[in-house]
Amino acid sequence: MEKIDLATSSLRELNERLQQQSEVTNEKQWEVVNPKGAHAIAVGLNAPLELLIKGSTGYYCAGMNQHAQITVQGSVGPGVCENMMSGSVFIEGDASQYAGATGHGGLLTIKGNAASRCGISMKGINIVVHGNIGHMSAFMGQSGNLVVLGNAGDALGDSLYEARLFIRGKVSSLGADCIEKEMRPEHREILQDLLTKSGADANVADFKRYGSARKLYNFDIDNAGDY
Amino acid sequence: MANEKKPMTTPVKPWTFDDHTNSYIRRAASTGIYDIRGGGAKRRVPHFDDLLFLGASMSRYPLEGYREKCETKIKLGTRFAKNPIELDIPITIAGMSFGALSGQAKEAIGRGASAAGTSTTTGDGGMTPEERGHSTKLVYQYLPSRYGMNPNDLRKADAIEIVVGQGAKPGGGGMLLGQKISDRVAEMRNLPKGIDQRSACRHPDWTGPDDLEIKILELREITGWKIPIYVKIGGARPYFDTTLAIKAGADVVVLDGMQGGTAATQDVFIEHVGQPTLACIRPAVKALQELGMHRKVQLILSGGIRTGADVAKALALGADAVSIGTAALIALGDNDPKWEKEYNKLGTTAGAYDDWHEGQDPAGITTQDPELSARLDPELAGRRLENYLKVMTLEAQTIARACGKNHILNLEPEDLCALTIEAAAMAEIPLSGTNWIPGKTEI
Ligand SMILES: Cc1cc2nc3c(=O)[nH]c(=O)nc-3n(C[C@H](O)[C@H](O)[C@H](O)COP(=O)(O)O)c2cc1C
Repeated sequence: MEKIDLATSSLRELNERLQQQSEVTNEKQWEVVNPKGAHAIAVGLNAPLELLIKGSTGYYCAGMNQHAQITVQGSVGPGVCENMMSGSVFIEGDASQYAGATGHGGLLTIKGNAASRCGISMKGINIVVHGNIGHMSAFMGQSGNLVVLGNAGDALGDSLYEARLFIRGKVSSLGADCIEKEMRPEHREILQDLLTKSGADANVADFKRYGSARKLYNFDIDNAGDY
Repeated sequence: MANEKKPMTTPVKPWTFDDHTNSYIRRAASTGIYDIRGGGAKRRVPHFDDLLFLGASMSRYPLEGYREKCETKIKLGTRFAKNPIELDIPITIAGMSFGALSGQAKEAIGRGASAAGTSTTTGDGGMTPEERGHSTKLVYQYLPSRYGMNPNDLRKADAIEIVVGQGAKPGGGGMLLGQKISDRVAEMRNLPKGIDQRSACRHPDWTGPDDLEIKILELREITGWKIPIYVKIGGARPYFDTTLAIKAGADVVVLDGMQGGTAATQDVFIEHVGQPTLACIRPAVKALQELGMHRKVQLILSGGIRTGADVAKALALGADAVSIGTAALIALGDNDPKWEKEYNKLGTTAGAYDDWHEGQDPAGITTQDPELSARLDPELAGRRLENYLKVMTLEAQTIARACGKNHILNLEPEDLCALTIEAAAMAEIPLSGTNWIPGKTEI
């Protein structure tokens, strides 16, 4: 186990050491202490490390992550896992705005709540939120899955492309071109798999699926009010 | 007298409702949708043509053409980056996306720019291997859409350009229409084929200068503080935007005036939003100077740069380099009269063709159609771009020597005069034959 103390090491030293690890590194287990809300912790990782961050972080924790498995024992600021490619990130507390923004792959699990614009412009990432999510979540979501055990705020899935949204609780309102859709067996399978992987104790049958009505896919003047 | 025809005045078409305006109204009435097009503002606004160089005289000694050196090398990103970009010439190629442009056009641009010793820039849609392979210096754009954004490409980049705005549409997003979405473009953008692809106007994970500072920190941490980070802004409020970009930690500010081209934007946006390039420079330079950052944070200017004279004037006003989009496409062969018959079939004429978003470009540049894009030979087109870049550099050098400068960056406002009151006011250069700078000095 390698330990980095952000009270005595700089952010640069932390990220440099983590980024230097190769795919075949033997030093797989890492621990960061005293993160104290610092921004850009553990960004740009590109190896199958297991990293434990003991405390809360600022903006862009685990940004652009590839392969690493990261657990944050605390809450995270805006843009956690932004543009994540692969790997998995587990947040024990809450997440601020834009969690998983533009993520291409991997799994982001948030035990608490996520604020507004969770999964904005998502491009393949899977996000599971055990609590609630804020307004405008999955805005322009392109692909991937967003699973929410709690409630969703206003304008869920506005201008959605092909991302799938599974919500167990109440949806305050749906955004433009987002509709409730039939839950087919393949969707149940995807959902069950994500619930299992993210350690969520929930029943697939309690969820509703939302997706794009695909009416705004090609510009049409009669829909101008919805753009 | 009785038989004589009554004299009549010639028919007068109103200035307000001229033929073009009327055709615009008829078009809107029949289609119900605004006009989208490529290119930059077509209206005439005060520009570099409204400035002149004074040349040498008794008190300024010229340098000997062809004999005495006038250096053109520049460095971009010297503030924080371990590896600043070093270029042979102060003219770079602006960001234009694969998607908007064909693969062949992107390759040609890479070849031409590299041969001329300068950099090229990706665009909305990500980095292609052809482009990376053919560009010795490649700037990777970080756009609101984040289409194709990935850390592997980020690490291959020679610089990152965070796009906040574009001169053609400050405050606007983008749209790549379904007909230009080939399998490859769709795959790079993670979207189904054939649907319109909107590019957001705001970044998804930051808003405002305080967030931008943290975003820049993140990108630096991911790339190990090695490569420069540019911030590109549209010519809206150049003084404040430049100030805020510098404070947020930019290495380079890219400033794009209203004549700047676009791949596809509403005509109303292109023609009516943003400030002329000429009016943007001095406020930006003032911001740099006030923060003690002029020449430390470099300023790249774009929007209607066409000639070596434009380059020299931009540098004299305080820019460190310029960037070209439209002119590079014309050098490759865009709007060439040799395709006139085909332009006619599309209802236009060479020089006016601007439906770049429709993907039917006869010159094979702004298209994803395999047959049309095969018309462009990347080697030949690259050679044309190289020639053009070299001519512009020679022209700028000629002017700089005539002003007695041994480095092109030594050109200064004092070397210029203005032809019109508007240009004098915008560029803060005295009106020719006077000491008058409107708004600055007494007549
Ligand atoms: C075909 C085309 C595509 C463009 N695509 C982008 C883009 O993806 N991102 C961007 O920031 N600017 C884009 N631009 C704007 C250019 O980067 C640049 O700001 C502009 O072309 C400069 O003005 P000029 O065309 O007068 O030289 C594009 C311009 C053109 C002509």
